[in-house]
Amino acid sequence: MKYIDEYRDADAAQKLARAIHNITTREWTIMEICGGQTHSIIKFGIDELLPEQITLVHGPGCPVCVTPVELIEKAIEIASRPDVIFCSFGDMLRVPGKKKDLLTVKSEGGNVRIVYSPLDCLKIAQEQPDKEVVFFAVGFETTAPANAMAVYQAQQQGIKNFSLLVSHVLVPPAMEAILSSPVNQVQGFLAAGHVCTVMGYHEYPPIAEKYHVPIVVTGFEPVDILQGVYAVIKQLEEGRAEVENQYRRVVRQQGNPGAQQIIQTVFEVSNRKWRGVGEIPQSGLRLRDTYRAYDAEFKFNLSDQAIPEDPECISGLILQGVKKPHECTAFGTRCTPEKPLGAPMVSSEGACAAYFRYRARG
Amino acid sequence: MHQLIGKMFAPAFSNKLLNQQHDGAAIDLGNGTKIAFTTDSFVVSPLFFPGGNIGTLAVNGTVNDLAMCGAKPLYLSAGFIIEEGLPMETLWQVVHSMSEATETAGVQLVTGDTKVVDRGKGDGIYINTAGIGLIDSDRAISPTQIQPGDKILINGDLGRHGMAIMAVREGLEFETEIKSDCAPLVDPVFALLDAGIEVHCLRDLTRGGLATTLVEIAESINTHLHISEAAVPVREDVRGACEILGFDPFYVANEGRFMAFVPPDDAGRAIEILRQFPDGDQAAIIGDVTEKSGTVVTMKSQIGATRILDMLSGEQLPRIC
Amino acid sequence: MCLAVPGKITTIQDTGDPLLRTGKVSFGGIQKEVNLAYVPEAKIGDYVLVHVGFALNVVDEAEANQVFEYLREMGELAELTETGGDASDTS
Repeated sequence: MKYIDEYRDADAAQKLARAIHNITTREWTIMEICGGQTHSIIKFGIDELLPEQITLVHGPGCPVCVTPVELIEKAIEIASRPDVIFCSFGDMLRVPGKKKDLLTVKSEGGNVRIVYSPLDCLKIAQEQPDKEVVFFAVGFETTAPANAMAVYQAQQQGIKNFSLLVSHVLVPPAMEAILSSPVNQVQGFLAAGHVCTVMGYHEYPPIAEKYHVPIVVTGFEPVDILQGVYAVIKQLEEGRAEVENQYRRVVRQQGNPGAQQIIQTVFEVSNRKWRGVGEIPQSGLRLRDTYRAYDAEFKFNLSDQAIPEDPECISGLILQGVKKPHECTAFGTRCTPEKPLGAPMVSSEGACAAYFRYRARG
Repeated sequence: MHQLIGKMFAPAFSNKLLNQQHDGAAIDLGNGTKIAFTTDSFVVSPLFFPGGNIGTLAVNGTVNDLAMCGAKPLYLSAGFIIEEGLPMETLWQVVHSMSEATETAGVQLVTGDTKVVDRGKGDGIYINTAGIGLIDSDRAISPTQIQPGDKILINGDLGRHGMAIMAVREGLEFETEIKSDCAPLVDPVFALLDAGIEVHCLRDLTRGGLATTLVEIAESINTHLHISEAAVPVREDVRGACEILGFDPFYVANEGRFMAFVPPDDAGRAIEILRQFPDGDQAAIIGDVTEKSGTVVTMKSQIGATRILDMLSGEQLPRIC
Repeated sequence: MCLAVPGKITTIQDTGDPLLRTGKVSFGGIQKEVNLAYVPEAKIGDYVLVHVGFALNVVDEAEANQVFEYLREMGELAELTETGGDASDTS
């Protein structure tokens, strides 16, 4: 497959790995922001090619990991209503709420459907006018233009039986939250290539400068990730802290203006609670008032009770690279992929699930 | 599911034949005749998919379980659990394709049963089957026969069935030529056996895909298996479908693929035999049985790094992250 | 956080409203209908990066190959450094 296979080429990867070995003289901790990058690292065993001194920490860039329990409970509450068709990406179906998840709601008769695109929900809403179609709009800036377009088109076409349960989060505020934490371990970042495809990377220079950390916009294939790591290590070894763009084939400095514009039209920046991390100011998106009719939180007047995290779960520390999954007392015993305590064990990209799946066998 | 079997069923019914824990039970009737006996249930949705339907799946799935024991499939039973209101036309299409499949596989359906359940209590139709086959007495084929140094072979490219189902599953549709690889495996298996290939073990790669089967076998014989990702054939369109839905082809279901464990000297010849069969042109040696013990499966990834291949918990769901 | 896959545009359907512009995109031979609103400049034969049914950007062919020129330089550089040459900046 063009633009994929070339970036999974073994000798290109080996060449880059050797180059990384040649320039690494000290221990470094790097965070790859995006769950997709984590998935690639684990799937291809990229970390095995890196020198021992380099530690890759899995970042919070996975909507499954960061969606707060309160929103999962709201999704479960809505999906359990007989008049609702609840649509979601597959990722969210196994995320644990207080007692159950959306798959359980489905098995109990709830009309829960997996969709590939938010636009599919508009077709369902038109086919089933007597039902309320609700879409679980999760994701980072990459998914925001798609969710925004679904609302925009619904309004244009006068589709009334459609709404979004929004759980949108932004990358830069999360990076700042990690970097400003006194226990932060991360010294450099692989920024999320697909978020930057939409947003560009003009938001990162102030962060690189303020915290003196190199930030390299990186893709998702092995050659991309290895080249991103090489660029970060080279800067660290030379004491530089700049923003570089490795993923040039799809990321432009200014991003995608059309996509940014529709995000601004439909959403506005808001405070957001991140599961396991807590509330980060201005770190998410919510629907603007003009689109309130499409906001499921208002449409279904849902109970708003704060739900405490599972006390034993240290997902916040893991998401910030402060702890490794095996340092959690519940890891592999009370918390497994079948019965996850916290979200990093639910998503196949979550740091704990990746660790359990690919390391548990010693 | 594996815990359910291990913790509940296996201890409850424990006996020598059951504990073989293979696709079917190999039973010696004492008078020099050995038979293989198997059972399976089919609950696929949607009922019809490119390349087959629940009926062809039921016949071929049962026939293949028998072939995996090195048995010549002879007789099948079929129990139908039909949801009230299932259109007769649908039932007829399923039954008709089952009868065609029995002819292709050279077996007879000799006994059956039908039950109807209330509307809403079943997904259109469920089929449970049982099968009996004759084992040529001197061939023992099961995981316990696997030797360190054996080569691991597969009879073709992977993932077609799972992605053919995805292509027509509501909400995820995409345009494709991908058809299920659903087919009887009797001919390729017996081509190997009749050519004198020393086949130690056979296992069909169904629901959990290649990776799940490898881990099941590694666990059952406490031996470290090693494969190379680059050696495993996956067709370009199947890979395309997996990429956009976020699936890993090593965990996608197959219905016409099996894994064979053979000594190194027989591996080359075995591949040549398998490549003569329709859809067998991609048959390949994908790895080997190491000398080390331990219930682990490792894989040399496409970029040359080694990683552990684990079993998947629960069904693979399309993902965006 | 965002699974996005490059695919080749095979057909384009223009309904007049740029936000409703769609096209068929091929991923290794399978085809999916994709919204092209965010890539108004995209034409048939272009490769676009697709996420949840939306094309986010056209893939830049020249930049795509740049990674491999960079690797070739690195290859020559590696030979140089092994034979005692100076390590020039390659980023």
